[in-house]
Amino acid sequence: MNGPKPEDYVIDVHDLRKDFGTLRVVDGLSLRVARGEICGFLGANGSGKTTTIRMLCGLLVPDAGHGTCLGLDIIRDAPRIRRQVGYMTQRFSLYEDLTVRENLELVAGIYELSDPRGAVDAMLDRMELRGRASQLAGQLSGGWKQRLALTACVLHRPALLLLDEPTAGVDARARRAFWDLIHDMAGGGLTVLVSTHYMDEAERCARVVYLAGGRIVVQGSAGELLARVGLVTFEGTGDGVEDAVRRLREAPGVEAATVFGRALHVAGMDRARLEEAIHAQGGGLAWQEVPPRLEDVFIHLLGQEDG
Amino acid sequence: MGMLSARRLRALLRKEWLQVRRDPMTLRLIIALPVMQLLIFGYAINSNPHDLPTGVLMAEPSRYERTIVAALRNTGYYRTRLVRSEAEAEADIAEGRLLFVVDFPPGFDRAVDRGEAPSVLVDTDGTDPTAVGYATAALSGLGDVLARDLPPARRGMALPVPFRFVVHTRYNPEQLTVLNVVPGLICVVLMMSTLMLTTLAITRERERGTMENLLAMPVRPVEVMLAKIAPYIGIGYLQVLVILLIAVLLLHLPVHGSILLLFGVLGVFIASNLALGITYSTLAANQMQAQQMAQFTMLPFMLLSGFVFPFQGMPRWARVIGEGMPTTHAMRIVRGVLLKGNGLAEILPDLWPIVLFTLCTVAVAVRFYRETLD
Repeated sequence: MNGPKPEDYVIDVHDLRKDFGTLRVVDGLSLRVARGEICGFLGANGSGKTTTIRMLCGLLVPDAGHGTCLGLDIIRDAPRIRRQVGYMTQRFSLYEDLTVRENLELVAGIYELSDPRGAVDAMLDRMELRGRASQLAGQLSGGWKQRLALTACVLHRPALLLLDEPTAGVDARARRAFWDLIHDMAGGGLTVLVSTHYMDEAERCARVVYLAGGRIVVQGSAGELLARVGLVTFEGTGDGVEDAVRRLREAPGVEAATVFGRALHVAGMDRARLEEAIHAQGGGLAWQEVPPRLEDVFIHLLGQEDG
Repeated sequence: MGMLSARRLRALLRKEWLQVRRDPMTLRLIIALPVMQLLIFGYAINSNPHDLPTGVLMAEPSRYERTIVAALRNTGYYRTRLVRSEAEAEADIAEGRLLFVVDFPPGFDRAVDRGEAPSVLVDTDGTDPTAVGYATAALSGLGDVLARDLPPARRGMALPVPFRFVVHTRYNPEQLTVLNVVPGLICVVLMMSTLMLTTLAITRERERGTMENLLAMPVRPVEVMLAKIAPYIGIGYLQVLVILLIAVLLLHLPVHGSILLLFGVLGVFIASNLALGITYSTLAANQMQAQQMAQFTMLPFMLLSGFVFPFQGMPRWARVIGEGMPTTHAMRIVRGVLLKGNGLAEILPDLWPIVLFTLCTVAVAVRFYRETLD
């Protein structure tokens, strides 16, 4: 099987570094994203996700490192990169005192689209925003705001989408609809780099990149990550999960103990010690081994960072 | 829970104190403002101005004439220099370089000796009555300055008086203060409102988070600036129109010059204020700071421009600062066009400094407008 050729990488950056004062936010980060790929950016708050995304679209100048975005140098060609990238900020950054249509027409004008009205009309239909076209952006609910923001950053048909926590604070149904749109667009050849804290969203990415301390810790598909980390998970059900979780959190060999309703998930790297811990804490729970969840993998990774 | 809890209050006070301390720029401005005010009021402002620029027209400098000129200087009010021709005197008084022109008639000494009591014509620029008022009043004390120079036969004679001053108040013969205040007001009102319009423009985008989106799109700094300035020029003109209508219809301000010219020039003045506002907006970290900067500017712009206190009455350093401010020049232009009927040629010396100021400020704004979030 042949891997992608260098020119197929939409993002190809090496050893990026960025300091804010004395704080090193991004520390030697290298990343390649192939054309048409949906790449998930994960990591704790402050792990460098937003800063990396901002460097990719020229909003921040890296202190060190080099690379290309859409074949253009991220330092020298930032203005040209901006024309071909759609960037959705973490915080809603369109004008709340303009209507949906007015906001989109502004963006269409800035990108000098040949038929701004037509482009806006077509996109309103595609994103099912037509019914809200004359509503003020500030009066939209969270889910619709995100949809408007996404619409604004795909209006000029970018080759690359950089989405910074696009679904933070949005309900499950709106999130699902949002991801359906993203998959739809990626099917058309669009490359997407999306940061998120939601595990279900990470599972919808072709590849997940996990950041900690401004570096990439692991990357791969959700399945690969689960296999590579090799976490073992047991699920206990029955009465007294609250007591059991308290005892198990302190137990040796237990990396994560989390309550999901009436069930308790215990995860660890060492099967024998994990079984021993479960056995030792007693209690009347019924135990069975379950496939590990991506969330457990990340809690495990976060735990390693702290340790 | 009592009405007033000392503990709660202390917690709130601590929070306010911490916030004030985290914004040292604002704190600095708050302290600098009164210092500036006191210095301006204390040293620069003088409502009884001395050393006013005075042109002297003499056909052939004679003994009596020299004595009278020396006496004028000795009052402290007149700073005299010779003017070569009436045309030069005319231009200088129209453009505000002279506030007085003292004109001796030909054969002055002989007329005095013959007891004809010749008139010394004193032309004054009446656009600012307070500026010339004290100086004009001082003339009445100069009736006997020739006493020692007169031939013995004439000495001691009360009548006829050797000569008299004839004061001719130009532009504002009735010496109405309103004629001086209203043109100045046009400039001050325009400055205050237009400066404030753009001061918040960029900081607002930054605080609302819309700046990040704008920066991520392919826009040039100059485009952002121009778009922010242009609509407000229209608003500024609307203000000019309203102020002028009130001034002419209700306050009976005379219009001696071209209104069209005035409109054109005020556009440049409006642009200079908007440019300054937008520069503050790019320099300030937040809206509060931007507003402080604007207020910090408005006071000296108003006080050193000759609006409230006569420009010529200020010490040299204050006049130099005043010359650097667009309001000073705009005020001269508006007074000149409305009251003196000045045309483009007369206002040019005051027009280019405004244009220069605008260009410099825009350059600073473009230089400091950050195209990245760094």
